[in-house]
Amino acid sequence: MNVMDTRATSAMLYLDGVHVSFDGFHAINNLSLTLEPGEMRAIIGPNGAGKTTMMDIITGKTKPDEGTVLFDGVTDLTRLDETRIAELGIGRKFQKPTVFESQTVQDNLLLALNVDHSVKATLFWRGSKAESERIDKVLETIRLTEARNRLAGSLSHGQKQWLEIGMLLAQDPKLLLVDEPVAGMTDVETHLTAELLKEINKTHTVMVVEHDMTFVRELGVKVTCLHEGTVLAEGTIDQVSSNERVIEVYLGR
Amino acid sequence: MTPHMLTRSLDRGATIFLAIVAACGILIPLSNLLLPADSFLQVPTYLVALWGKYVCYAILALAIDLIWGYCGILSLGHGAFFALGGYAMGMYLMRQIGTRGVYGNPILPDFMVFLNWQKLPWYWYGFDMFWFAALMVLFVPGLLAFCFGWLAFRSRVTGVYLSIITQAMTYALLLAFFRNDFGFGGNNGLTDFKDILGFNVQAEGTRAALFALSCLALIVGFLICRAIVSSKLGKVLIAVRDAESRTRFLGYRVESYKLFVFTVSACMAGVAGALYVPQVGIINPSEFAPGNSIEAVIWVAVGGRGTLVGAALGAVVVNYAKTFFTSGVLAPYWLFMLGALFILVTLLLPKGIVGTFNAWWAQSKEKRAATSVSAAAEDGVTEPKMAE
Repeated sequence: MNVMDTRATSAMLYLDGVHVSFDGFHAINNLSLTLEPGEMRAIIGPNGAGKTTMMDIITGKTKPDEGTVLFDGVTDLTRLDETRIAELGIGRKFQKPTVFESQTVQDNLLLALNVDHSVKATLFWRGSKAESERIDKVLETIRLTEARNRLAGSLSHGQKQWLEIGMLLAQDPKLLLVDEPVAGMTDVETHLTAELLKEINKTHTVMVVEHDMTFVRELGVKVTCLHEGTVLAEGTIDQVSSNERVIEVYLGR
Repeated sequence: MTPHMLTRSLDRGATIFLAIVAACGILIPLSNLLLPADSFLQVPTYLVALWGKYVCYAILALAIDLIWGYCGILSLGHGAFFALGGYAMGMYLMRQIGTRGVYGNPILPDFMVFLNWQKLPWYWYGFDMFWFAALMVLFVPGLLAFCFGWLAFRSRVTGVYLSIITQAMTYALLLAFFRNDFGFGGNNGLTDFKDILGFNVQAEGTRAALFALSCLALIVGFLICRAIVSSKLGKVLIAVRDAESRTRFLGYRVESYKLFVFTVSACMAGVAGALYVPQVGIINPSEFAPGNSIEAVIWVAVGGRGTLVGAALGAVVVNYAKTFFTSGVLAPYWLFMLGALFILVTLLLPKGIVGTFNAWWAQSKEKRAATSVSAAAEDGVTEPKMAE
């Protein structure tokens, strides 16, 4: 029997005993975490807790020194590069909104669609009805239909964040990693973003890194608090925020 | 190229550009050959050869703009691909000399006889056939670019580091081609060409035909570039230029895209070099000089990076200025002027000539649209009154 056929775990994402150090600084320290299929998880933690480094490891940007990172129970992510991991179905939204500023909103989504990404396919590409329908649908979801022909660089900060979430939707990955989606957003925008993520979670597994506690509370999902590259506490937002060690870490006592 | 790619790639600017190049490619040779020499509309042969050189430079500039303007790969060694294409053509032309050389050896070019070589080196085989040489014009620069790019892009060498190693590449080739035992005529290069496909390279008709062919190559090269940049692949290239790692996280193999466009660009530069050599009558190692490659990048910057038309225009404008200034009393100062030009363009016209024009045009178009909208709105206000 082929080993690859047997799932090592039922989890969508499985991290066990992961270590990463940069020049002696232990960014990630014996980190273990699992995410079940269909789950949405919020990750909180003070600056330097290793939240972004963890995302770098999952998406192949950083290679861990030791530990296991399994996707969908079978795939060892530590052996793959960014492109391969994206092809497998892990999408990522960066902390700083990163869209293709000199291209239109529509083209940004077109580039993100999960179709054949080979050189030949893109050179001889001609638009299809199915593709433009998918783009229309995403534009509606992220409320940017009106702005479809505007350059992405001319959007407001909040709109750029949404466009990037829209690009994730167009990519239609199995797992979405969303890094600080509401940073710099107004209260209304924050609320809309929470709604949007809840909607996305109906069909996707999502991991959200966020500092904004009101936002995390609004999401109403299981919370993991990281500190110094390891899991400090896990549970509902109320459990985690009443945890003494979490309070200590956040208030610096 | 499929029809939808052709129609998609031809916008108004592209069509105007192609019409102008086609008109030059037809009218200039005709005027040179058919009009009497004393007519003021007659283009003298020396000018046909000079402008033919500019057209070859324009093709080189297009090749650079394709990778730099659209994909952000700043190659400071594109002169190497140009020179390699030139050498491939030069080797064909050398083999055509036959017994008409100084030493009259039917097989060996003069410089090999001079070096007491007994037989033709293996890498000169086949260059007596035009089709083989023409193939090598594309293949040799393409292969070098492919190998170089494969190593560089896979190791994610980008930005200034990439520019520096492209300079090193062209400099290494310069040193290699300077050596007599390398087998390409050393310091003197390849020259004293007699004929090409049976036609005398010095003849007016041949020169006119070479000029027309150069214009045709510019048109074809331009169409290929336009087809690439207006396809979805073009959008991916711009995405790589603006946010490389983002593109990777979307699942694009960035190195494959860079490799593709870099190789296409090198082949285009090779064709430019191949058309250049019979028109100037010589190819020698100085074509590999790092300065040449940098100059070519300046043409693109002056004309307008990422516009294609601008690259071609920049090549012609800067080289015309070069010819103009280096033939007068200002000759010793040309390099200072070129440097000043580059600084001024960077400071005052960062988008280059065509880029600045495009921005101005888009702005005035918007203004006109705005005034027509407000005029329509005024009409809208007055209309109900009239209805009342």
